[in-house]
Amino acid sequence: MAQHHDHGHGHDHDHHEEHEQLKVLGFWIFVVTDCVLFGTLFATYAVMMNSFAGGPTGQELFQLPGVIASTFILLTSSFTSGLAVLAMNKGNVKQLIAWLAVTGLLGLSFVVLEVTEFMHLISEGATMGTSGYWSAFYTLVGTHGLHVTLGLFWMTALIFQLKRRGITAVTRRKITNLSLYWHFLDVVWIFLFTVVYLMGVM
Amino acid sequence: MWENIKDFASTFFVTGDPLIYGADVSIVLSIIAIVFVLTKYKKWGWLWREWLTTVDHKRIGIMYLIASLLMLFRGGVDALLMRLQLAFPNVEFLNSEHYNAIFTTHGTIMILFMAMPMMFALFNMVVPLQLGARDVAYPFLNALSFWLFMLGAMLFNISFVIGGSPDAGWLSYPPLSQNEFSPGPGQNFYIWGIQISGIGSLATGINFIVTILKMRAPGMKLSKMPLFSWSVLSSCIMIIFAFPILTVTLALLFLDRFAGAHFFTMDGGGNPMMYLNLIWMWGHPEVYIVVVPAFGIFSEIVATFSRKKIFGYKSMVWAMMIIAVVSFFTWAHHFFTMGTSASVIAFFAISTMIVGIPTGVKVFNWLFTMYRGRISFKQPMLWTIAFIPCFVIGGATGVMLAVAPADYQYHNSYFLVAHFHQVLIGGVVFGYLAGIYYWWPKLFGFKLDEKLGKWGFWFWNIGFYVCFMPQYALGFMGMTRRYYTYGWDRGWADLNLVSTVGAFLMGIGFIFQVWQIAYSIKNGERDTTGDPWNGRTLEWSIPSPAPFYNFAVVPQVKEMDDWWATKEAKANGTYKEEPAKLEPIHMPKNSGIPFIMANFWFLVGFGFTFGWVWMAVIGFIGVFACMWARSFQYDTDYYVPVEEVRRTEASLGRVV
Repeated sequence: MAQHHDHGHGHDHDHHEEHEQLKVLGFWIFVVTDCVLFGTLFATYAVMMNSFAGGPTGQELFQLPGVIASTFILLTSSFTSGLAVLAMNKGNVKQLIAWLAVTGLLGLSFVVLEVTEFMHLISEGATMGTSGYWSAFYTLVGTHGLHVTLGLFWMTALIFQLKRRGITAVTRRKITNLSLYWHFLDVVWIFLFTVVYLMGVM
Repeated sequence: MWENIKDFASTFFVTGDPLIYGADVSIVLSIIAIVFVLTKYKKWGWLWREWLTTVDHKRIGIMYLIASLLMLFRGGVDALLMRLQLAFPNVEFLNSEHYNAIFTTHGTIMILFMAMPMMFALFNMVVPLQLGARDVAYPFLNALSFWLFMLGAMLFNISFVIGGSPDAGWLSYPPLSQNEFSPGPGQNFYIWGIQISGIGSLATGINFIVTILKMRAPGMKLSKMPLFSWSVLSSCIMIIFAFPILTVTLALLFLDRFAGAHFFTMDGGGNPMMYLNLIWMWGHPEVYIVVVPAFGIFSEIVATFSRKKIFGYKSMVWAMMIIAVVSFFTWAHHFFTMGTSASVIAFFAISTMIVGIPTGVKVFNWLFTMYRGRISFKQPMLWTIAFIPCFVIGGATGVMLAVAPADYQYHNSYFLVAHFHQVLIGGVVFGYLAGIYYWWPKLFGFKLDEKLGKWGFWFWNIGFYVCFMPQYALGFMGMTRRYYTYGWDRGWADLNLVSTVGAFLMGIGFIFQVWQIAYSIKNGERDTTGDPWNGRTLEWSIPSPAPFYNFAVVPQVKEMDDWWATKEAKANGTYKEEPAKLEPIHMPKNSGIPFIMANFWFLVGFGFTFGWVWMAVIGFIGVFACMWARSFQYDTDYYVPVEEVRRTEASLGRVV
């Protein structure tokens, strides 16, 4: 194999741009697979919707105000992640990092609210093992929460990288993918909020 | 204390069966032998630098190939053990639990750890070369996919000697796979082995879709793309829609077992039938995922060895795309008898039969391509020709099974067993073997020996019919699958004996093939031209074995079967040589992270298998650390200077 050489070539830049574009396309396809994953979990939830097995129902235990609050927090974070991308397009690293940080904090509060909600539900006697319904509930909502948590982890890594390297073809692509991911989680949450919580208390 | 250790060891290691003691000894001996050879010849560094960290798609393909052949051996031994047990009535060779474990691992290994990696081997060995590309879209991810497959497969395989094999069938139906009926780690090995390798498969699907859509050489429109690449695209589209379902299904099954959830349990509001729906929503597309690339292989081989353009190129493409879509609407034909409405059954019966139409179109296209062609009966072509009658019979019995009222009669019988072996061996195994023979010289620089190959071919083929034709009859005589023994009074004895003989004939065929590879490494005909079969597509335009950067100059594609057109133009004297302009080649750097990360995944799987959460947590931390480290790696590629390309080409006998 060839040894390493310095990047001193004229077409270097084009190659990088091209490769970064490829990675955005790949990420879109990844999002498609994630849609299938959530679709399967939603279908499972739909099948389990009335399998309470004598345990508590969602209608009895859900506390909508908290869920509505976390919905607004997540929607806002999707907006701020959009602002982060705008800042990136303007070439303003500081603003970009600041909006990412805001997005991250909002995401963190969403996760905290979700954990609080789960703890409340468990204290009311609804656990994974209570019934098919609650198994499906925790799995569907928890998978979304896990995705948000992973996004936070990723966001933190990217903030460090932006600080060190600024906006380059590579960091630009990473931010593009991250914001795509973040908006996707928002869309999933809207479905989740509707199907699980609104239909649950109806 | 001593008692505790003894107690632990007796549950941890599988004991009490001489076959397993034999396996223990051979595993330990082979590990010692490998370590000894690597140390003695100071090859550890070489192994790490050239193989464990490689991101070269051709080497990854070779590693997939080696792994899949080993798995073919293991799955084959499982098959022979089963056939020995069934050769005569009332045999006491395997007890019922052991028999259950063996048919479970046979099925799982053959589909997921033999067919899938052999398919990925061919993807990796061929697709970028055929597209005129220098690599796949994401070389790092490609390496990660391989190592996830490898470690997942190893996790599944060690269940044999550690903890105990899964024994609830290759798709682990609940309630059989729930804690009440499958206590112990066997089923967890199944879940995590498949889960880990499944993530790798999903990533491969994404990788090759982007590779095919975006990495084709300039001028290669989709309408000029070789059919094997088309088949890979079709297969990968199915992968990205099917594998997330598998991921979820296994995760839910695991939650049932590990966290006391009630998805598929019989109490607590669970629904075992839901598992069947979910697993077959993945499982049915899965069989098309593995067979469609074989169709692509046959298309390449038939055209090459008939010296003719493929007949009906467009209809071939349409057929594969239709199969990719319809494959998602047939899953319920796997449980017609389990009680659902007549209209649902009718829907799935009809959609199942519809799949036969595009498949039939393809078979006719292959036949028309051969018609009036100058056929040469080299090994790849032999397997292709053998495939056609085999697959046609298999397809016809498939349509018989799709007739729902009749299916009530032979559901779960040996008729079914014979059917799916006929399509999977006749379609997938024959196809992949044909592909391996065909592209072997491109990867290794020599042909596999014809004579030994023909011995292997005939043993496989005759053995196949001797083995499976009697099973159709046995199915009609009432023998159902998963029987571990039967009495003389049933009247199944002679047909079972014949079937067992056939299985051993196939085993002999495999031995010939192993011999063939070993023999050809030393004595095989070297390929100095790069185009040993007078091929048609771009991969034959470069030297064999292909240099690590594939193409010194990226080809400009003008025609379908561009290499063939170039050769014709050269013969006619109409070929205009364009001056080759060498440029530095952009290549990805090797990385150890995929290997390390997959090992941490192994820890996760092993930890959860035994319920050792601390170990799984360590594994997860390691996985995240690897992802973090990779995210901070920016220096991931380099340029191969022009002089080095020129030197490499010269050493391969080419002037650029």
